Formats: sequence, C-alpha cells, structure tokens
Amino acid sequence: MSDAPTLTPEKRAEEEQLRAVWANPSGWRYWTSVNNSQVGLWYGSTAFAFMLFAGLLALLVRAQLAVPENDLISAELYNQAYTLHGTVMMFLFAVPIFEAVAIFLLPPMLGARDMPFPRLGAFGFWSFLIGGVFVCGSIFFGAAPNSGWFMYPPLATSEQAGIGADIWLLGLSFIEVASLAAAVELIVGIMKCRAPGMRVNLMPLFAWYLLIVAGMIVFAFPPLIAGDLLFEMQRMFDWPFFDPERGGDPLLWQHLFWIFGHPEVYIIFLPAIALLAMIIPTFSGRPIIGYSWIVLAAVGTGFLSFGLWVHHMFATGLPQISLAFFSAASEAVAIPTAVQIFVFIATMLAGRVIFSTPMLFAMGGIAIFVMGGLTGVMVALAPFDWQAHDTYFIVAHLHYVLIGGMLFPVFAGLYYYYPLIDGRHMSDKVGRFAFWMMFCGFNITFFPMHLAGLRGMPRRVYTYPADIGWDWFNLISTMGAVVLGIGMFAVVVDVTLHRRRQPKGEVNPWKAGTLEWISEPEENWGVRSIPHIESRYPLWDHASLAREVKAGEWYLADASEGRRETLVTSVLDAEPEQVLRVSGTSYMTIVSAVTLGTVFVALTFKWWIVSLLSGLAFIAAVLYWLWTGTGEIPEKDEKDIGRGIRLPLYSSGVKSAGWWAMFITMTGDGTACASLVFGYFFFWTIHEDFTGGLTGPGVLWPMMALALFVLAWAATVVAREVNRRGGKTAARMLLGLGGVLSAAGCAAALAGPWTTGMYPTAHVYPAIVWILVIWAAVHGALGIIMQLYCLARSYAGRLTPRYDMELHNVVLYWHFMLVTALITFSVVGLFPEAI
Amino acid sequence: MRESSARRATVLAVSSLSLASCSGVQSALDPAGEEAVQVAALFWVMTIGGLLIWSLVVVLSLYASRWKGRPTSETSAGKLIFWGGVVFPVAVLTALLSYALWLMPSLRPFAGGEQASLRVEVVGHQFWWRVVYHLPDRTAVVSANEIRLPVGQRVEFELTSADMIHSFWIPVLGGKMDLIPGRTNRVSLSATKVGTYRGQCAEFCGTSHARMAFPAVVMKQADFDAWLDSRSRVSVGLAMNPDGRALFKRAGCGDCHGVDARETTSGKGPDLSHVGSRLTIGAGFLPNEIDALARFIAHPGSVKPGALMPASTDLSADEIDQIATWLKGLQ
Repeated sequence: MSDAPTLTPEKRAEEEQLRAVWANPSGWRYWTSVNNSQVGLWYGSTAFAFMLFAGLLALLVRAQLAVPENDLISAELYNQAYTLHGTVMMFLFAVPIFEAVAIFLLPPMLGARDMPFPRLGAFGFWSFLIGGVFVCGSIFFGAAPNSGWFMYPPLATSEQAGIGADIWLLGLSFIEVASLAAAVELIVGIMKCRAPGMRVNLMPLFAWYLLIVAGMIVFAFPPLIAGDLLFEMQRMFDWPFFDPERGGDPLLWQHLFWIFGHPEVYIIFLPAIALLAMIIPTFSGRPIIGYSWIVLAAVGTGFLSFGLWVHHMFATGLPQISLAFFSAASEAVAIPTAVQIFVFIATMLAGRVIFSTPMLFAMGGIAIFVMGGLTGVMVALAPFDWQAHDTYFIVAHLHYVLIGGMLFPVFAGLYYYYPLIDGRHMSDKVGRFAFWMMFCGFNITFFPMHLAGLRGMPRRVYTYPADIGWDWFNLISTMGAVVLGIGMFAVVVDVTLHRRRQPKGEVNPWKAGTLEWISEPEENWGVRSIPHIESRYPLWDHASLAREVKAGEWYLADASEGRRETLVTSVLDAEPEQVLRVSGTSYMTIVSAVTLGTVFVALTFKWWIVSLLSGLAFIAAVLYWLWTGTGEIPEKDEKDIGRGIRLPLYSSGVKSAGWWAMFITMTGDGTACASLVFGYFFFWTIHEDFTGGLTGPGVLWPMMALALFVLAWAATVVAREVNRRGGKTAARMLLGLGGVLSAAGCAAALAGPWTTGMYPTAHVYPAIVWILVIWAAVHGALGIIMQLYCLARSYAGRLTPRYDMELHNVVLYWHFMLVTALITFSVVGLFPEAI
Repeated sequence: MRESSARRATVLAVSSLSLASCSGVQSALDPAGEEAVQVAALFWVMTIGGLLIWSLVVVLSLYASRWKGRPTSETSAGKLIFWGGVVFPVAVLTALLSYALWLMPSLRPFAGGEQASLRVEVVGHQFWWRVVYHLPDRTAVVSANEIRLPVGQRVEFELTSADMIHSFWIPVLGGKMDLIPGRTNRVSLSATKVGTYRGQCAEFCGTSHARMAFPAVVMKQADFDAWLDSRSRVSVGLAMNPDGRALFKRAGCGDCHGVDARETTSGKGPDLSHVGSRLTIGAGFLPNEIDALARFIAHPGSVKPGALMPASTDLSADEIDQIATWLKGLQ
C-alpha cells in the first residue's frame, strides 16, 4: 500500500515475530483458531446461514397462507415451521449476529489485540453451532418444536408438544449459555481492554451500546434459563410448576419468559442502532451530535426494557391497575428511542451527507423502524392491545420493529464493514438493487398484515376461511415475501460469488474516523501497536495515527517473549494497568463445546448415562482448559510496552480480567437464582395456602445448611488471607476444611425436604422447595470443585502467596454463594414459619 | 421515484380496505359493540396521528440527508434533539396515555351483580367452545360453538379452560381475553347492533388452533328470549329418526356429547342438543349440512387435524349418514 511505512530491520523482525505469534494454524487445525477475527467471521456466517434457513421457513409459511383453505402443507408442519422460524430468527440470528459482529469489531475498535478470553469466545461459537444445528435439524425429522416461539404451557408441557419441546428447551438453554459466555467476554473486553487514554466518554458508541446490551443479557437470559429449568423438570419428571391441578400456574412461565423476552427485543435492537451510530457520522463527515444524549438514551432504554414485560400479557386477565402501570412504562420507552432517532437526524443536519449504499439501508431501516415504533405506541395501550394482541397486527408490528430496527441496519453494517474482512468491497449496484427489492418487498409483505389483523385474523393459523375478507391481504403479503426474498438472495450472491472477483481495495474507503479502520485485514494481530487515544474520532483528529500505529511506534509493538498479549486498562479512565497474556489456539474449546452439547442432546433423548458421562467429561475438559490455559505465573514481573511504560504481567483480584469475568458470571447466576425465588413467592401470592397443606423442610436442616455454608465461606476467605501472608500449609488446610464443610452443607440442604418426605410430584410447594435447595447444593458442589482446584494449584506450585489469582476468584464465587445460601435457606426454612 | 410508487401502493391498499370492509364479520374496524366502537375510534385517532408523525420523521430525515443545502449549525441541530426527541414525544405520549387510562375503566366494567343481565360461561377445549348461559333465575342452558346475546345488554362472560390456554375474541364487539387453566377470567361485552358476526380463538392452542372459531349472533331481546327458551327444552328432533338415534348410542357418541339439553351431561365433547339449528358445525368452519356432518363424523382428524374425537371406523357410510340426518333434525 502507498502509505506503508518504511521499516528498519529491527522493526521488520519485530513485525515478523508478532505475526508468527498471532498466526492461525493451517490445515484442519485452522478450526482450532481462537482469534477474534476468525471466530467473529465463523459466528457471523453461521448466524447468517441460520437466518437464511429461517427465511425459507417464512416463505413456506407465506406460501401456505397465499390462498384460503390451502393444503400445501399440513397443519402440523405449518406449526413447526412458524415456531422454528421465530425461534431461529430470535435465538440463532438476531442475538448471535451481534455477538459475532462485536467479537469481530470490538478489539480493533478499542485498540486491543484480541478479546480478553479468546477461548471463551471460540467455545461460545462452537456451542452455538452445535445447538443451532440440533434445533434446526429437528424439522427434517418432523420433530421440531410446534408450540410457538414462546412455548406457553400447558400446551408446550403436554404430550402434544412431543420431543420438539425438549429440543427447544435444551437446545436453546445450551445456546443461552453460549450467549452468556459472549456477554461476559464483551463486558470485560469493553471495560478492561480499551486502548490507553480511551476514557469512557471517548468510547466509540458501538462499544457503549454493546456494553449496555451485554449487561442486559446478564440480567435477561437467566430468568429464561431458570424458566427452562422449571419447564424441563415438569416435562421430564412431572414436577408440577405449571400444572394448576397441583398448585402450579401456567402464568409463571409467561412472566419468566417475558422478563427475558422483552429486554430481548432491545438486546436485538440496540446493537443495530449502534451500527447506525457508527455509519451515520462517517457519511455525514462529522462527529455525532449529542454523544451524551444517545448514551443516556441507550442506558435508559436498557433500564426501562426490564419494566415492560406485562404488555405481552394484557389479555391474561391481570388487574387493570397493573395493566395501566405497564401501559405507561411501555409508552415511556418511546422517549429514549425518539432521542436516538433525533440524534441521527441532527447529525445529518449538521453534516454533509454522502448517500452511499450503507446509508440507504440505514435510512430505509429508520423509516421502517419508526413505523414499527409508532404501532408499538398503539399496542402499548391496553385497550387497543385487547383487539390487536395475537393478531396479524402484532405480526406486522414486530416485523417492522425487527426488520427495520435490526435487519436493515445489519445489512447497512455488512456493506459498511465488509472491507475490514478482506479488503474487498461489496457491489454498490447489487446493494442498491437489493435495497429497493427488500424495502418494497418488505412493505408489500407486512403493511397489509396490519389490516388483516384488525380485520380479525389471528396469528399462528395454518389456514383461514375464504369469505371473511382476508384473501387479498394474504395474497399480497405472499407476493411481497417473494420480492423480499429476491432482494436477500441478491445480497447472498454478492457475498458468495460476486465479490470474489473483486480486486482488493482500500481498507477505509469511507474515510471513517474510528480506530477499527486502522486494522489490516490480512493480519491477525488486531493492531500492530496500541495507540494512546485522545478523541472520539482519532483518525480524523490525529492524521498521522494510522501510519504511527502500523509502523509499530506505539505501545506493545513486540511479542518478544513469544506470547499473545494485549493491554488491560482501568475501567473509567483507561490508565494502563497490566499486560494480559491471552490464551492461544486450542482444541479444548471444541472438546468442551462437544461434551456440553452431548449433555444437552442426551438429556433430550433421556439417555441418562450418556448425559452423565459427557457431563463429567465436560467438567474434566474445562478443568484441563483452566489448568493449562489460565493463571500462568509469568517468567518476569514486568514488561516494557514502549514509551517508557512498564506494566506488570500478572495481577489478581479486582484488577484482573478473570475477577471481572467471575463477577459478571455470578451476577447472571444470581439473577437465575432470584428468578427461582420469584417463582416461590409467585406461588405464595396466588394461593391462600401455598403449601397445599403439606409439611415443609422444617427449620433445623435449612439453618444447619446455612451455618455450614457460612463456615465454608469463612474458611475460603481466611485461606486467601493466610496464603497472601505466606502461610501456604495453613491455607491448604483451610481450603480442605472448606471443601468438607461445603460437602456437609450440601448434604444438610438436601436433608431438609428429604427427611420431611416432600414429594416434588405431589404439589408445587415441595417442587419449588426442592428446586431451590438443589440449586444451592449444586452451587455448593461447584464451590467444592473450586476449593479443590486451588488446593491442587497450590500443591503444584501454580498458586503461590504472590500469584494467587485463582484464590481471589474463588473467594468471589463464595461471596455470591454466601448470598445464595442466605436467601435460599431463609426462604425455604424461615418464611413458612413467619406466615 | 420508486419510493413514491411504493407509497402509492400503500394508499391503494388502504382504499381497497374501505371498499372491502362491508364483509367484516370479524373486523375490529366494523364495530358493533360498545368497547369495539371506542377502540376503533382510538385506532383511527392513533393511526392518523401516527402517519403524520411518521411522515414528519421521514421528511425530516430526507431533508437532513438529501435536500438541505448547507449544514445546519451544531446548536440548532442539538436543539432538535431536545425538542423532537424529548419534548414532543413526552407531550404526545402524556396526552395519549391519559386518554387511554381514562377510557380503560369504562371499557371493561366489572359486570357482576346488577349490571349483567346474563352470565355466559365459556370453557375452552381443543378445539371447541362449551357455552353455558346462566340466567338470573339460576337455570342454565347448555350449548357449544356458538354465542348468542341480546343487543343493548351488558353480558358477562366467565372464561375458563379445560386443557390449553385459549383466547376468547369477538372483534366486532370488543377485545380478547384469555382462557387459562386454573384461572377464571371475566370480560363483559355489550353489543350495539343486531347481526351475525364471527369470533375466533386468538391464543395458539394446538394443531387445529386455526379451526377454533364460532358464530356470534346479536339478537333483539325478544328473539333472544325466545331462542333461549327453546334451547332450554329438549329438541323435538330427538324422537324422530329412531335408527339414527340408536346408532348414535351404539357407536358411543353419547359418552361425550349430550343431546338432551341438560347442563349436567357431556363435558368431553360439544353438546349437540340443538346442533341442527346452529349456523355452523365443527366450531365455525363447516356449513351445517348433512354432508358436512357426515364428513366430520367419519374422519374428524381429516377436517380438523389433531381433533380428539376418534374416527368412526366401525360405522358404514350409510350408518354415518343416518346419524348425520338425525343430528341435523335436532333443531
């Protein structure tokens, strides 16, 4: 390239070494890569493939509905097709595509070499792939889920739902785990791996949005995982959580599902807005106007989105006062959304806009999304929703929101960021053709659905009678869907065939100002050297920055120890704190994903032994992964990163990336536990006597369990302190003691409902008590594994008084365990006594 | 411009709606009930307002990105965020929400006690409706797959389910309410226009969810009283065509279907006491004709996939016809 700097031989050697350290393996081992650009691409392509598959299902659905009383496909196949369409679009495309884009873009955007936990990212991808193929494949065996993508019991708990329901629950739980893994990685990456100087108020908006979204995932997915757990316990073992005959209630699922499901909409929508927030300033040729406005609006949307879930339940007969509250909250969310749209309009107003293909998709998306937002304001009013709910009006509304607020921005992003993949550009001509086909096709498909819905057409019907005025709307919709499909197909052709013939072009053809445009697609190292950032659009404000970075003049330009390294900086001000050695290529990620996947698949078919064995294999794989890949004691204490800065190579506690990962994971875990406790109190509120006249677990055993867990926690905390002061032997003894105490705690926890003869299938009260104590006991068991892990590390000399990262993380785990135990055992032991 | 042609298509679609709207037996936009009238008005207000706002945003975006000459100053662009993004939506939403919250209590009053002249119990089944009319004198009339109500009277519906979650919805009269196992929901409706409409299950309830509808007939009070009176007595058709009746018994149909206008019988299948005079059979999707009845009896699953009623494999076509004829006689 013309601006390629001329290098001294030393710099050239440095560059060669850096390249070698970050190189991907070749041959079949390529698939063991963990580098963010590979994993991001795989992730994105897979999500895209799932999207096309779900799109074909949608065409099948539209073909069936083209004419009344059609018998193209059977009712059963139709129900599987629409269920899978919704499920795949939501869980296998809309959320993962942003994890993919984030994994691909964030490191170069933040000036990092890679994500902080590359193997975790790769593990997430493989889990996603296995789970996704499992869920999608089911339809070829006529075994796909058939109860709608929100799986309401009692239909979905009944025999009629068949194995499809288990595939949905277990397959998606597995994918949710992968999503949580990605969320943890994104949060730590954004908080701790930014380039020096990139204070939070200089962060690219994409990073802000992804931080908010990842935070939302941590609080939104666990309620669904908890719900899945209850659901699967009912399906497998007949525990009556949703069975009203035995004290359960189908509405509990609806609450848990929508506490997840509504934030989910914003988890999908916000990252798309984030893409627009990168694209619009570039093509307006100026920084965004109202940076603080848009960040606050995004945070506000994130918060509000957790208070809206009941608007999916307006027709379930809840008291009018709660309907009024949730109507108001649902209207309120329109305000931060409007702020975000007006920030874009203001930025364009104050800039000179170049109307490129990405901008075309962006503007088309906004036009569609605003329409969806306005119908959203309509359906948020309970009285109107009583008519519109569960009709094609809602189908139209949600597609306007999701396609305008997500699909069009993703296509804008695809056209915008494509040069970062391999330097080639997408075809402008095809792009414009595709845009107009998609835009017109979309409106022809979905606009008539508003009218069909108001004229009484319920959603999820496999056919409809001829004489009640829906025929034309449906025929037009189907024709529109074909046009939309042609538009999408054009993009697929462009991506797969056309662009291969394109010569490589400029990497930054748009003259964008953010850091990711420095990256060199043919290199794996993310950034050649890590610059100091002083503005929001460094490439605009610091003309020579790209040259300096590529010449290796900035921080951490070398990999002289032959290790993959990136910088860790402080959360708010991005002061350099540590050189983090990130893990490299490994097949353990695939082994872990395959073994965990086998657990879920085997559970679906009730192969208990297989599932148990693969569970053990998974634990072994993870332990091996951790043992060999984390907490390594460096050969020296500090490293010179250039420009006179020396940073430590090791840190433990709150300064380390691992501690933050544990903190975030456990926050999510705590949310799942809270959701189960919510279930307990939900049953209490809906019944006069929620125990159904049955005996509880008593006070003695729960309190005993609590005491033992408190002691186990204390032993672990003291072990850390003693170890820090050099008392290796005492620390080991304390860890061993902690393990014994927690084992006793687990036993005492289970002894409560066991000794009082609580039968979980008899009534929902014993069932929910059992679930809570099992949850606590399983966490106690994990605590034991962690204590023993530290013990083993200590004996192996990998955990010393100076290098004690693992112990800090385990103590943090136990803090959360303490809270879990306190809540669980007070609830099951003391609460029944108190009422 | 291509965009304007897209808009023209939209306008066309909208106008074709108003032409077609005379056949709206299931349309929330052709209201014939108090709640539906109010909500339809709310819809039109919101739609017109929404289209105005949408056009404003789109025109503003096009102006900002294509039509404006010189860039605006940062200060005035910043002011736009405040006025357009905060003040405007707050004002509009506050007004809209106040209106809706003021509307809510009057739309769905608790119709128990004095206000309800009639209480109708509706039980959702896969894929049919059990309907029991509870009269003020504590007598009850049992029926299925058809709702009748007097015009101008507030009728209370008491909604429960025998299996899955269903949703009870007569768009021309008002909004929907779910039927949830283990819970009893109530909704009251007051029809304003005599006519024959259509209701349908609105919550996905299994394979033949699409086949779970019903005619909703709004009658003059006198007609309704007469109808109810005739339905409280055994049909004269019961005694006619004794062969058909015998076959009905022999084949075990009576195990699930009541025919003697008593509330206590039946449960598993729809009551058939006056099935011959219903507007449709099979929960609102087959014409009430002997042929259709016979078809349903022979293979319920082929006309209604997933229906719980077994196929009548041990009956000949002739025998099925006899049963169908007898049933048609239950007027």
